[in-house]
Amino acid sequence: MRLLLALLAAVLFAGCAQQPPVRGTGDLGIVIERADGRILIVDTTARAVLGRVAGLGDLSHASAVFSRGGRYAYVFGRDGALTKVDLLLQRIERRVMQAGNSIGGAISQDGRIVVAQNYEPGGIKAFDAATLELLAEVPTQSKVVGLADLAGNRFAYALFDKGEIWLTDLSDPRAPRTERYPAGVQPYDGLVTPDGRYYLAGLFGEDGVALLDTWRPQDGARKILANYGKGQEKLPVFKMPHLRGWAVAGNHVYLPAIGRHEVLVVDKADWRESARIPVKGQPVFVMARPDGRQVWVNFAFPDNGWVQVIDTEKGEVVRTLQPGKAILHMEFTPRGEHVWLSARDDHAVSIYDTRTFARLATLPAQSPSGIFFTSRAARMGF
Amino acid sequence: MRRILLLSCLLFSWSVVCASEPSGERKQELVRLVRQDCGSCHGMRFTGGLGLPLTPQTLKERPFEGLVATVYYGRPGTAMPPWRSILSEQEAEWIVRQLLNGFPEERR
Ligand code: HEC
Repeated sequence: MRLLLALLAAVLFAGCAQQPPVRGTGDLGIVIERADGRILIVDTTARAVLGRVAGLGDLSHASAVFSRGGRYAYVFGRDGALTKVDLLLQRIERRVMQAGNSIGGAISQDGRIVVAQNYEPGGIKAFDAATLELLAEVPTQSKVVGLADLAGNRFAYALFDKGEIWLTDLSDPRAPRTERYPAGVQPYDGLVTPDGRYYLAGLFGEDGVALLDTWRPQDGARKILANYGKGQEKLPVFKMPHLRGWAVAGNHVYLPAIGRHEVLVVDKADWRESARIPVKGQPVFVMARPDGRQVWVNFAFPDNGWVQVIDTEKGEVVRTLQPGKAILHMEFTPRGEHVWLSARDDHAVSIYDTRTFARLATLPAQSPSGIFFTSRAARMGF
Repeated sequence: MRRILLLSCLLFSWSVVCASEPSGERKQELVRLVRQDCGSCHGMRFTGGLGLPLTPQTLKERPFEGLVATVYYGRPGTAMPPWRSILSEQEAEWIVRQLLNGFPEERR
């Protein structure tokens, strides 16, 4: 009997050791250490690294989404792994190899379904967010780009090799229903507007952007910004731009041009080009600060040491920064007072004040790439 | 042009003109460039991404000269950009040779 009690106590005690600290998750985030298959868990209030989690595989093009409680990060690796990480216990909760070559994913409106977008074999796969059990797959015979969540547990994505936008309804997760819409030549990425209504797919193989109104998908996709390059020869694009991360500020959408060192501005009322803003290089991320007053832009190799800030009221670049070598990603704190920048070749993450542009802190990180904060959990298209 | 270069290599094999080996330091730069910046499309482990896999198994099927030309001039109509503003032709050759032999890891 005494033995049993001791055993019980031991079990209880072990259980206690597993208790996460009592804290909120709204100011947590992760930084990808791309070369080492590791992530850092960070705290945006303390501006500090809380811990490291290793064993995530090939993270050369990794991205992440969050459970809506903000406790779990779902990390999509290049090697097709989907890893669920517990940010509080700082450990891998579950991990599945779900494809040969993957590029990212999304989480459903209700937070119950995690969807991976894959290059090889091309298609999307839906998983139970709690268990990572496979629920459904939609093969596409094409590389999938630009996966975004929509209202009603629907997902929009684009097919690089087929030039189409597909909408998959996962409201019955084991019986997906898919509609297809012709979009244009080589869509390379996509985004959904903050309200979840409009899906935009940037085109690499032609000048223009495909636009689908997901409230009226039956109208099909139409092309905006057609022929923005005006037939001029393109500059080389050493890295594909990324559209994800809203670049919607006020009534305008800010988009990277392809093969031109410009940010294109589109009026959301009529989807016509309203301006173009010359910048330092080929834009990669064009991201609006949450309040929409600023748009931050980073660039493809060899201009990836620069970051420029557009003032959306003035419609021009108001600041040019050199935050470090190979700036791969930017992430705003939930309300945008700070921005975190990863400098891959400096092995550092820098934190800037977005009002004064002062550098507040620099955190060491091995070849950091993507930075993702849990505030994404509450936003559509993230 | 390549032929002339090759010829001059044969004639003056000691000359620097034909030294198709980059310097030690430049090699390190190239290894990093290829792993990281080519890696953004081809994968850091070259298993492919938006770009094709660049593993020895897939590349050995292709003519060497064609691969070097792809790196140097890009492939118009595809996402493969020309690297001639960044790399010399010899460096492109060196990179393709390394890819064929199993690409070196980054030193850290
Ligand atoms: C912006 C994306 C991108 C970047 C960056 C990029 N590539 Fe490519 N590369 C491609 C694509 C796409 C193809 C396939 C082209 C086609 O469809 O024929 C390709 C094809 C190739 C091929 C031919 C492979 C074959 O089997 O025929 C080689 C070799 C190659 N790339 C080497 C490189 C090297 C070396 C670098 C860096 C110096 C590099 N690439 C950077 C996109 C890229």
